[in-house]
Amino acid sequence: MSNDTYLKKSEEVRRKDLTFWQRLYFPEILKGMTVTIGEMFKPRVTVNYPEERFTPPSSFRGRPVLVHENGTERCVACGLCSRVCPALAIEVQAAETPLDKERFPEKFEINMTRCIFCGFCEEVCPEEAIIMSNEYELAFSSQQESVFGKDKLLKSVEEMKPRLDFLRAHR
Amino acid sequence: MPNVTITIDGQPYQVDGSKTIIEAARAHGISIPHFCWHEKLSPAGNCRICLVEVEKMPKLAIACMTQVTDGMVVNTKNERVINAREAVMEFILINHPLDCPICDEAGECKLQDYAYKYSQGFSRFVEDKVHKPKRVEVGPRVMLDAERCIMCSRCVRFCDEVAGEHQLQFVQRGDRVQLTTFPGKELDNPYSMNVVDICPVGALTNKDFRFRSRVWEMSFTDSVCSGCARGCNIEIGVRNNEILRLTPRKNDDVNSVWMCDHGRVETFKHVNAEDRIKAPKVRKEGTLAPVGWDEAFAKVASELRSFNASQVAVLGSAFATNEDNYLMARFAREVIGTRNIDFARHQHGQDDAVLIRADKTPNAAGAEAAGVKPGDSGLSFDQIIAAVKEGKIKALYCLEDDIAAIPGVREALEKLEFFAVHATNHNATTELADVVFAASAFAEKSGTWTNFRHRVQRIRPAVATLEQDRTMDDFAMSRWDKFAAHNDKWGKGPRRDARPSWKIVAGLAGAMGTKYKFSSADEVFGEMSHKLEPFRSLSYLKVGTKGTPLHTAPVTA
Repeated sequence: MSNDTYLKKSEEVRRKDLTFWQRLYFPEILKGMTVTIGEMFKPRVTVNYPEERFTPPSSFRGRPVLVHENGTERCVACGLCSRVCPALAIEVQAAETPLDKERFPEKFEINMTRCIFCGFCEEVCPEEAIIMSNEYELAFSSQQESVFGKDKLLKSVEEMKPRLDFLRAHR
Repeated sequence: MPNVTITIDGQPYQVDGSKTIIEAARAHGISIPHFCWHEKLSPAGNCRICLVEVEKMPKLAIACMTQVTDGMVVNTKNERVINAREAVMEFILINHPLDCPICDEAGECKLQDYAYKYSQGFSRFVEDKVHKPKRVEVGPRVMLDAERCIMCSRCVRFCDEVAGEHQLQFVQRGDRVQLTTFPGKELDNPYSMNVVDICPVGALTNKDFRFRSRVWEMSFTDSVCSGCARGCNIEIGVRNNEILRLTPRKNDDVNSVWMCDHGRVETFKHVNAEDRIKAPKVRKEGTLAPVGWDEAFAKVASELRSFNASQVAVLGSAFATNEDNYLMARFAREVIGTRNIDFARHQHGQDDAVLIRADKTPNAAGAEAAGVKPGDSGLSFDQIIAAVKEGKIKALYCLEDDIAAIPGVREALEKLEFFAVHATNHNATTELADVVFAASAFAEKSGTWTNFRHRVQRIRPAVATLEQDRTMDDFAMSRWDKFAAHNDKWGKGPRRDARPSWKIVAGLAGAMGTKYKFSSADEVFGEMSHKLEPFRSLSYLKVGTKGTPLHTAPVTA
C-alpha cells in the first residue's frame, strides 16, 4: 500500500512546440554561427599547454608549501594543519631546536594523493608557515612519490611573496 | 561532621559540613572552575577563579576556602560571578605568552579550556608582556617555562605535602613572581614529574616526552604500571603504535593520582626498543635464528620429552600476568609432570613512604596465587638453581624474566642441556637460551596483575602485535588509527610477531598433545576463577578499570 506513492507514474514531460521561425531552420543556424564567428575575434582564454603554461593569480590554491626564511622554516611543528586537515594528508613530527622558536618540524610530510587543496592548513597556521602555492602540476608514477617531504615543500619567503601579500590583504 | 543543607544555583543539597563549597559542589557533579585547588593538596586560595556568590556575604567568596554552613545559599553562575571570572581570566592572561602552538600542554591545558569557557574571548592588553626565563631545566626530568606559570603553587604544595621534599618556591613579587629552586638545588625527588600532571598550564613539562607528540594525536589506554608491586594505575599514550608516555590514573585504593618518576619514564622504553625479540628464535649453530612458531613449538616439545620429569624445572615470572603464570603452572603439572616450579623474586632497596615498593615486580603476589609455587617435595627457585649447578636439573623452561642477571644464576644456566625462555627483549638470559619465544610486552596484551595488597588489576593492549588488529581487538584508537589506510605511511609503527605468554604455553601444550582451548586471556581468567580459591568468582567485569581485591587480600589496607 505504502509503495503506491513511490510507484506513481511520473508526469509526462512535453517540450513546447517550435515556433514558426525555428521551424524555418536557417535563421537558427545563422544565430549559432554569429556566436561562433563572434568568438573568433575575442581574446583567447585557453593556452597551448604544455608548450605554454598558465600562471595562476595569487588567489589560486595550488599545492601547499612550507615557507622558509634564509633556510629556516617558519613552521614550529604545532600540528594544527595536521589536525585540521580533513583528508589527513599532513604528518608532522616535532623536535627541539636551539632557536628561539623552540620547536621545529623534524619531519613534515604531505601526502598529495590525499590533499584536497581546501587551504584549511593555510588558514589555521599561526605562523604563516604553510601556504597554498600556485603550483598545479602534480603527476606521480607511484604512491611513494606523492608523499612530499620537507625537501619538496620548502619555498623561500621571496618566492612566495605574491601569496603572502594576498593573504595579508585579505585577512 | 553532620550533614548540612546548602543551596547551589537554586537546588538544595545535603552535604558534609566539614567540606568547602568547591568540594561539596563537586560531590554533586557541579564543577566550579579552579586552578590552584587540587583535590589531593591543601587549598591555597590564590588563583581566585573559583569565586562564587554566597548570599549575605558582602563580597564574592572563593569556593575552595569557604566552608559550607547550614542554610548557605551559593550562586555559581549568575552575572556577578561570571563577570568576576572573566576579570580573573583577563588578569591571568595578561602576562601569559601566546605559546600554545609550541606548548606541550596545549590540548590538555586548564588555562586553555577555561579561556574558552570563562573568558570574554578577546584581549584588551596592548602593552608588552613580562618576560621570564624559558627552557629552564628545573630538574633532571622536568622543564620549566617561567613565563607560562600562573603562580597557582600546586607544584610547590605537591613537593611539600606529597613528595615530602621542599624543593620549589616562589621568589620576587607582583608580576615578577617566579618559580624556582634553591640555588644549586634541583627538583629531583623521585615523584618530581607529578608536578607536570598537576600544572594547570604548560609551565612544567615532561622532559622525556617534550615535543614528541601533540596530545590529541595519541590514543590512551587504561593500564597498570609494571615498575613495582604497587601497581599504580596508568594511562598509556600511544601514537604510530609506539608508546610515548605514561601518566597516572586516579585510583584511591592504590596510587591516589600519583606515580613515581621511575615508573613513568623507565618502564615502557623496552616496548619500543630495537632489541625487541621480533619473532620466535631457535639457536642454530650457536646463534639465535628467527623461525616460525610451529618450528619453535616442535623444537621445545621434542627437547622437553627427551628428559625425565624430575630433570625438568619450570619458572613462572613475577613480570608475567596471572593468566600466564596460571597456564604455565598447569602446563608444568599436567604436561611435563614436574613439581619443580617457582619464580624469581626481585627485591631491591626499601619501600618508601609514598608509593615505591622494594619488590620491583608487578605481580609477585599474583604468580604465587596463580599456582606458581613448588609442589610437594618440589624445588624452590634457589634449589632449582642449585640443582642446575649440580646437574640434577637438565632442562629449564622460563617465563619472561631476566634470571641470568641475578648474581650466581648465569653460571648455573650455562650448565643446562636445554633452556627455553619467553622474552620481550634480548637480555643476559636470552644469550644463554636454546629457544626464545617472542613474548608480548605488558602493553601488548590483555591480562591481570596482582599488587602487593593482593588487588587484581587489568592491563590492556595499547600496542598492536602481528596477531592483533586495533579495530577488531577493541584497542583505544586515535584519529590516525581510525582513518589510516593500508598505504598510509603514518599509523604504521612496527608490529612484532610476539604473543602473550599464556598463548605460547597453550601452543606448546598443543605440540605436546594436550589441548588448552582458550581463545583469550579472559577465558583463562574465567577458568582461574573456578579452580583457584583466591580468584573465586572473579571476572574481568568485576576487576573493571580500578581492580578488585583477591579473596586472600589482607583485611586492612
